[in-house]
Amino acid sequence: MSQAVLCRKPARVRPYSLTGGRQRRCRVLLVETFVAALDTPGDGPPGPPPDGSGPLPPRSVPEVRAVPEARAIVELCFRLRSVAEIAALLKMPLGVVRVLLLELADQGRIRVFDTGHGTGRPDRALLERVLGGLHRL
Amino acid sequence: MRGEDPTRGGPPAALDVPRGWQTDRSRAPHATKIVVAGGFGVGKTTFVGSVSEITPLRTEAVMTVAGEAVDDRTATPDKTTTTVAMDFGRITLDTDLVLYLFGTPGQKRFWFMWDDLVRGAIGAVVMADTRRLADCFPALDYFDSAGLPYIVAVNQFEGTARHDPEEVREALALPHQVPLVQMDARQRVAVVDTLLILVGRALDTTPG
Repeated sequence: MSQAVLCRKPARVRPYSLTGGRQRRCRVLLVETFVAALDTPGDGPPGPPPDGSGPLPPRSVPEVRAVPEARAIVELCFRLRSVAEIAALLKMPLGVVRVLLLELADQGRIRVFDTGHGTGRPDRALLERVLGGLHRL
Repeated sequence: MRGEDPTRGGPPAALDVPRGWQTDRSRAPHATKIVVAGGFGVGKTTFVGSVSEITPLRTEAVMTVAGEAVDDRTATPDKTTTTVAMDFGRITLDTDLVLYLFGTPGQKRFWFMWDDLVRGAIGAVVMADTRRLADCFPALDYFDSAGLPYIVAVNQFEGTARHDPEEVREALALPHQVPLVQMDARQRVAVVDTLLILVGRALDTTPG
């Protein structure tokens, strides 16, 4: 749990889940990182586009769909949520939520947003905006 | 390990009215955070709750940690599980800017989770109670070594004597450039002022 930047290195090579047909990046899951469901309410996981141009569905989808916690996360994320909010609302430890979020992101079921300033210290422009926002409270 | 205020009232946060930015899943606001640290019972959750737009939420991290006798190399590694709770709140500062406040226990044995928590943070408010000043020493040491901007907020509890800020500063061996404020964590205005001072301090330490 001490690592916020989780770059999964699977012991077994699974080409589709490694790449999902797209360039794979490390996802940064800070406590304040926002995530949102890519599914629409009532849908299952999205299939490939009808023209066949999309990635093949990752092999691990059926396994993770079976995890009720993963489904609960997706349902919660029909509204934009932070990682910490998900953990709190589902009463799940942060570390568990992070792992499930990474799996869901790999499957294209949730989207992980950039915090806007990465993992570094906020720059002056952001600090000025925070200052202005606090003044207006 | 539990936080200091297990008796929060109000509706479940899930029922809180969603903000406009929460319903647009195609984009997300900038997310930023401030850490509120200090010993147990110093008022971290009160501080967070005074300005949060949602009922403060509690998130827990379950850890396997080495036992206390870490210096005893002959001892069998004694693993125990501990749960660390963080109470946090949220303030929407603009349609595309959200600030989180994370209250976190200050004991040295939780430093491993601070490394995670302080990543990308604006800075920290170290809360102090003049009756137990030593409780905030670990937090001060940590933020000093981590190079994270911080200020000290002395929470004025009812019935406690006000202390000369210079005496408190001296007792904490606080560098002169680190702001020290005396405040009441129950008062929203006082908490906002404290946050303003922290962000100002962060600006002072951020190269232009």
